[in-house]
This record gives sequence, structure tokens and C-alpha cells, in this order.
Amino acid sequence: MASIDTGGGDGGHKKGPGVKKAKKLSTRVDMTPMVDLGFLLITFFVFTATMSSPTTLDLNMPKDIKDQKEQTEVKESSVLSIMLGKDNQIFYYEGKLTEDGSNFKSTTFKGIRDIIVNKKKEVMSRYVTDPECEAKARAKGRPISECADKDFVVIIKPSPEATYKNTVDILDEMTINQVRTYAMVKIFDQEFELIKATEASSGIK
Amino acid sequence: MPSVKIPRKSTDTDMTPFVDIAFLILSFFIMATKFKPPEPVEITTPGSVLSQKLPENNAVMISIDSSNRVFFSVLSEKDPGKYDAIINGINTSQNLGLSPAEIANFKKTILVGVPFAGLKQLLGTNAKEQDKLKQPGIPVLDSANNQLVWWVREAKNAFAGEKLNYLIKGDGKSKYPTFEAVIAALKRNEEFKYNLVTALDDIPPGTELYIKEKSGEKDLKK
Repeated sequence: MASIDTGGGDGGHKKGPGVKKAKKLSTRVDMTPMVDLGFLLITFFVFTATMSSPTTLDLNMPKDIKDQKEQTEVKESSVLSIMLGKDNQIFYYEGKLTEDGSNFKSTTFKGIRDIIVNKKKEVMSRYVTDPECEAKARAKGRPISECADKDFVVIIKPSPEATYKNTVDILDEMTINQVRTYAMVKIFDQEFELIKATEASSGIK
Repeated sequence: MPSVKIPRKSTDTDMTPFVDIAFLILSFFIMATKFKPPEPVEITTPGSVLSQKLPENNAVMISIDSSNRVFFSVLSEKDPGKYDAIINGINTSQNLGLSPAEIANFKKTILVGVPFAGLKQLLGTNAKEQDKLKQPGIPVLDSANNQLVWWVREAKNAFAGEKLNYLIKGDGKSKYPTFEAVIAALKRNEEFKYNLVTALDDIPPGTELYIKEKSGEKDLKK
């Protein structure tokens, strides 16, 4: 794009001997290198600009309560226990784990959402109107539908083999499905044994 | 014979406005870019749907890398005095006998990932060369010797009376027991609220949260 220097009077009419015409120099500067550099820098800054700044996920943990009496009682029928195993496997059971482990089921991260949603619906369908809770909700300006799922509790038990990603994913699932009450609890030995047995039988190493 | 002269037009276009805009954009990006601080350990955070912004001041960052090493760092750009307070506290409580130069070096140290026994060596190294040191991570898994408890305690003391955020930045591949041990260290300091650093994910359509976000604040007015 170098511009051709057309200025100057060379080849022009000479007015005569001894009359020298000053050579006209073009005032144009070739800007191409500057523009090149400018765009190079633009591309650099565009690429380095951090567009996706990290976000945070809040996590509130309860205080460790030693006293059995102070522990929160939850209705057995509205509890969903989710255990995280190896290789993104999820194990779950509703209510209490039976002696023979017959209600111990396995799923994946794709399937867990439906299980949470279905359990939530089931708990909400069993809801008997609680005037006290609804009055409270009204006073706070919250929708009364919040009372319907107040009993629904999800207990998350990551096994020592679960990854941090699994933990965050399942906490995220709580937000996605608007589960208001959930807790992260240490896994029981019996449950961990069951996970290991299930994993061994299904060939997950 | 009269010949028709076609005026020769220059092929040059005036690039000035174009260049003006280019440099305008350039200056915008220069100003808007905030360089990430160099990270000695690479951590890929998992995603979550929450779009809450990360606090950048008055925060303690606990990082867990993919091989379950735990690192401790303090984010306090506004008040560099906190760094000294924390390292002095550690020095006194652990009897490390750090020299003033080593204490001053803590400010420049981006991450601490060594047991107390190795702290003197880490802080004795120039901040630029610390990358080359292999940091084994702060021991947390043994609950009797969870050294992170001390770090959190000193940070809590240094920030007494101010709001201190606890950021946990874990690699997606790190195992749960390490995370649990980190939580345990925080719990032992009576801290129960944490922020987990995540990347932003889209909200899956059709879910309750999605419906709620779509309807905005409407559901609250019911």
C-alpha cells in the first residue's frame, strides 16, 4: 500500500536556466506499519481480556452438633439421600436405607435431576395446609408455595472417591431444582460398602 | 483530434477514520484489561449456574489442585498490612524463627503450599523463583495435624472486625476428602460460610430455576 510519491516537479516545465524550483515533498506519511501494529495490539488485548470472570457458589455448613437432642429431625418419608461414587456415579435412596439395601439405586448426573424433581413433587403432593407457615410466608412477602416443599430434604453424601467437581455439580443441582433444604453429611460405612459392592458388580474400577 | 482525458484517480483511500477507530478500540481494551495474576498452579474450576461475582478484596483463597495439594493465599490489595499480620502470627504461634526479610517476602508470595517446616525455605526464596520450588501442599488430611487451621486462624485474627470471605477454589478432578478436610479446618475456626469459585454455566432450560429466572421477580408478588 506504499503510496507512490507523485509530488515534486521533476519533469516539469523549467522556467529557465538558473530558476530552481524547490522540490515539493509529500506530507503524507505511510501509516501502514502503524496500523499493522495497532491491529496486532487489538487482537492481543481482545484475546487476553478475561471475558468470563469467575463466579462463586455459596456454601453454608452447619455447626457440628454433638448433642443428639439438638439435631434437626426430618420426616423420613420426605428425605432423599444422594451419594456420590467413583466415575461420576450417583447412588440414592429415599427415606431410610433398608437392611437388605433393596431401595439403594444407582444413576448418573443426567438422571439425578428427574429423581430430585419427582421426589419434590411427591413431597409437595402430600402437603397438608400449614396455616402457621403460610402466615409467616405472607408476612415475609414470600410465595406460599414455599411451604409446600418445606419438608423436602436432600442429604448429600460424597464418598471419598467422589471428585470436587461432583460435589459442586450436585450442589448446583440443588440450586437448579430450587431445593431449599439440603445438607452435606459424611457418608456412613454401610453406605460406602454398598457403593463399593455395586461398583464392583457393575465393573467400575 | 481532441482526445478525451480521463482524470486519473488515486487508488489511495483515506485511512484516517479507520485508524482512529482502531486506536480507539485499542485504548479501550488496554484500559479494560485487567491482567490475571500469575497462577503457579493450574486449577480448572467446575461450573455452576450462579452468577454471583467473586470478591477480590478481604478474602482468603484456599486452592486445591488436581493432585489434591492445598494452597493458601490472601487477597488484600487494599491493605497490605494484613499480610504482615498473618505471617507474624504464624511465625509466633509456630516458632518458625523467620527473619524480617522472609516475613517481608510473604507479601510477594502468591501461594503458600508448604508445611510449616518448609515455610522458611519458601520465604527465603525470591518470589520470582518460587515457581521452581516444588510445593507439596499444606497438610490437611490428618485431622490432628491440619495446618490449614492455623492459617485460617491467623487470617481471621488479622481481619478481625472486618468481613472476610473464604474462597475455596478447587480443581474439578481433586478428590472429596481434601475438600472435606479444608471445610473441617474452616469449621474449627467457627467459620461456616464459604464461597466456592466456579466458572459460569448456563441454566438448563425447563428446570425450576430457569422458569424462575424467566419470570423474574413475579413469583415473589404472588
